[in-house]
Amino acid sequence: MKKNLVSITDFSKEEMLKIMDIAADFEKNPYQRILLGKVIASLFFEPSTRTRLSFESAINRLGGRVIGFSDTSNTSVSKGETFHDTISTISNYCDMIVMRHSLEGAARYASEVSRLPVINAGDGANQHPSQTLLDMYSIMKTQGGLDGLNIMLVGDLKYGRTVHSLLQAMSHFKTHFTFVAPPGLAMPEEYKEHLNELGIPFTETTEMGKYINDVDIIYMTRVQRERFSDLMEYEKVKNAYILKNNMLSETKDNMRILHPLPRVNEIATDVDSNPKAYYFNQTENGVYVRMAIISYLLGVKK
Amino acid sequence: METKNLNVKAIENGTVIDHIPSEALFKIIHILELEKETNLITFGSNFESKRMGSKAIIKIANRYCADDEINKISIVAPMACVNTIKNYEVVDKRNVVVPESIEGFVKCANPACITNHEKITTKFLVRKKNDELNLRCRYCEKTTTQDNMVILK
Repeated sequence: MKKNLVSITDFSKEEMLKIMDIAADFEKNPYQRILLGKVIASLFFEPSTRTRLSFESAINRLGGRVIGFSDTSNTSVSKGETFHDTISTISNYCDMIVMRHSLEGAARYASEVSRLPVINAGDGANQHPSQTLLDMYSIMKTQGGLDGLNIMLVGDLKYGRTVHSLLQAMSHFKTHFTFVAPPGLAMPEEYKEHLNELGIPFTETTEMGKYINDVDIIYMTRVQRERFSDLMEYEKVKNAYILKNNMLSETKDNMRILHPLPRVNEIATDVDSNPKAYYFNQTENGVYVRMAIISYLLGVKK
Repeated sequence: METKNLNVKAIENGTVIDHIPSEALFKIIHILELEKETNLITFGSNFESKRMGSKAIIKIANRYCADDEINKISIVAPMACVNTIKNYEVVDKRNVVVPESIEGFVKCANPACITNHEKITTKFLVRKKNDELNLRCRYCEKTTTQDNMVILK
């Protein structure tokens, strides 16, 4: 049966670890042209330069060829073709589909329409599982493992899809979570319940200060102005969610700072030169992890 | 209460749906497409109920509910009871059973869900939390709660 990666929950713990292993192998030897002759469609119904180039780089490194589009303006979508018809047509041209769409659930639907494996490269505010796996890979690489870590998630924990998926994935590994968010953007109840059901402890707070020295990973996300109905409230809280270099002096030696990028101002630029800043290394890891996902789903790496 | 007995007895053959939450009455009318029903229908709402506080009841003469219709009723009225009446007697009394998943008759409450933009049959996993039902969309993975459930036709 064909296998997709639409949602992070499509992969079991064993499969996630398998992806980590394959990615590490690609990092050691990135020149493995094991997809020679394969054609992969890269369908970006919504533009995303970073994610698209990361996937296309991964495909090229593996020796595969890419067809596709980076926005829909020159395609039959702009003529009013249904999403269903676009996907079933393109399925006849390739071996796999990588897609991003602004509508939530688009990738799941594509995986039902198409007989090919589908990788979700982001569907609106819903899922972006390759980001989650590259976050995990970055955590594993910097901490030497995934079990029993203390991870602080900071910023917009209500709408941030990356933090929700990371929480789901890391809940397999006895993680202690510390949630730092303004009251209106706190971690939704359903995720906290999920942790309670699994018996995983977590801490909830509105300030980084107290807990920052205990954690192994700080995962920063942006607090967007648009999320606040009361802009005075935004002005009051916005500085509480900015990470500055002088806050890091007492943090653990192994602590690393991650960010799904793009960053705006939530990490001050004086942090960039601190050895604990890891967010730019994350993007390199992304290519190896995507090589691993693609070759695993196509069955060329097991 | 007398009312209930009167209502049940007043129908010779057909179906009586009892223990409907008052606010779910019109949703059930919609689900069963009673707008198009030509048989005699009687319904009432805001009856006093010891169990539910307030309840509604629907009687439909000469019509019997199929299993999939009963499944649909369960989504908006998980406590409902469907009575089959033959010759003024209740010959079958069924409490509705909430299915594990449903297809095609509830709209996903998430405006950004693909099912609200393309012609796609909606699919949900049914989850029970305390006494409330909610639906998790197979596509956008968002939850539609009982309060914002809209029945599709």
